[in-house]
Amino acid sequence: MRKSTTLNLGTGTFVLLGFAALLFLTTQTTSRGISLGSKPHYNLTAKFDNIGDLKVGAPVSMSGVEMGRVTKIIFDPKEYKAVVSMRMDARYKQIPTDSDAAIYTQGLLGGKFIGITAGGADTYLKDGSQIDFTQSAFVLENLIGQVLANFTKSSAPANSGTPKADAPAAPQAKAAEKAK
Amino acid sequence: MRLIKELWTSLIESLVGLGAVVRFLLRLIVVAPRALLRVDLIAQQVFNSGALSLVIIMLSGLFVGMVLGLQGFQLLQRFGSEEALGTAATIGLVKELGPVVTALLFAGRAGTALASELGLMRATDQLSAMEMMAVDPIQRVVVPRFLGGVIAMPLLAAIFSVIGIYGAQLIGVQIMGVDSGSFWSQMRAAVSLSDINEGIVKSCIFGVACSLIAVYEGYYAMPTAEGVGRATTRTVVTSAVVILFFDYLITAAFL
Repeated sequence: MRKSTTLNLGTGTFVLLGFAALLFLTTQTTSRGISLGSKPHYNLTAKFDNIGDLKVGAPVSMSGVEMGRVTKIIFDPKEYKAVVSMRMDARYKQIPTDSDAAIYTQGLLGGKFIGITAGGADTYLKDGSQIDFTQSAFVLENLIGQVLANFTKSSAPANSGTPKADAPAAPQAKAAEKAK
Repeated sequence: MRLIKELWTSLIESLVGLGAVVRFLLRLIVVAPRALLRVDLIAQQVFNSGALSLVIIMLSGLFVGMVLGLQGFQLLQRFGSEEALGTAATIGLVKELGPVVTALLFAGRAGTALASELGLMRATDQLSAMEMMAVDPIQRVVVPRFLGGVIAMPLLAAIFSVIGIYGAQLIGVQIMGVDSGSFWSQMRAAVSLSDINEGIVKSCIFGVACSLIAVYEGYYAMPTAEGVGRATTRTVVTSAVVILFFDYLITAAFL
């Protein structure tokens, strides 16, 4: 009897450990997981012209401190903008209403995240409010396009006219080729 | 000419061996529902091959994770993205190292125990004695051992991965000073459920393969001291090759 009790105890402990490990892997290491003991939070939204490769689950930070996560990204067909919903930790309630949100890149190879820079207003953002001042993701192709456009302008001003600064990258690349 | 003939015979022999293993597996599957009625026997085998392998699995997981933490940190530091350490370690552990290293250790720890136990039963005529008493040794002895291994292996692999992640965290965050928040948040952003599924599928298939090879080698061991020893050796060698081969196949299938 005693032997079988230790045996059952050992087997039970092992199986429990195994399933606990599986549960940990599926919920704690993935973004789709359940956050254990959902903390008090409030939601914010922000509209961006271009979010680059920002993903659901990306961190939202202020002065480098993580304050929340991106929970939803949808497209607004009226304004042609991306609407990003964020879930903010309720500990950080004092974000001025005129703060601005920008999309940055973590490190050299890291993913995108939203950085909020505090404004100067006395009123604070509440649950469901929208951050009005936004700055789009840094898209490398656009930057290269602009550099090429400037280069074309300065080296051969008479040749191909003045390309628009905010036009997409591809036509400018063609213009640059023509200029050569 | 003789060489070709020998190659041909060895090819035929290996085909015969493969066929015998597959037929043995089918036989186990047919008997399995009846053997499932004796849950206590299976539980005992889960204890034998799972709980008793726990210490070696946890220790190995810790050290593999710590090595991953060190190596990953050194490599990622060159690109200035140490924060990706959590992602790198987790994906490496969950998809590859967890299932494969666990299966190799499992073959060494539990597989050999199964093979030598069954081989010794065969050598001391215990299996024949059961047949004499109209007890099907496959149902009474082999299937519980097989199922115990199949159940234990995925759980062991999951424990290995979790301990390994904490090992990497220990080195990366506590010693090398990677930011703890980035370590976990980048991991959560990058690791998807399909990565974990791949690990689970791998460990289940490795569990079936390891247990099957072990019980097959043990059950059909030559009933001599030398035969039991040879069965044990062959269990480890065959398991290792089969695990790595299946690992390649499954990885390719999941890409």
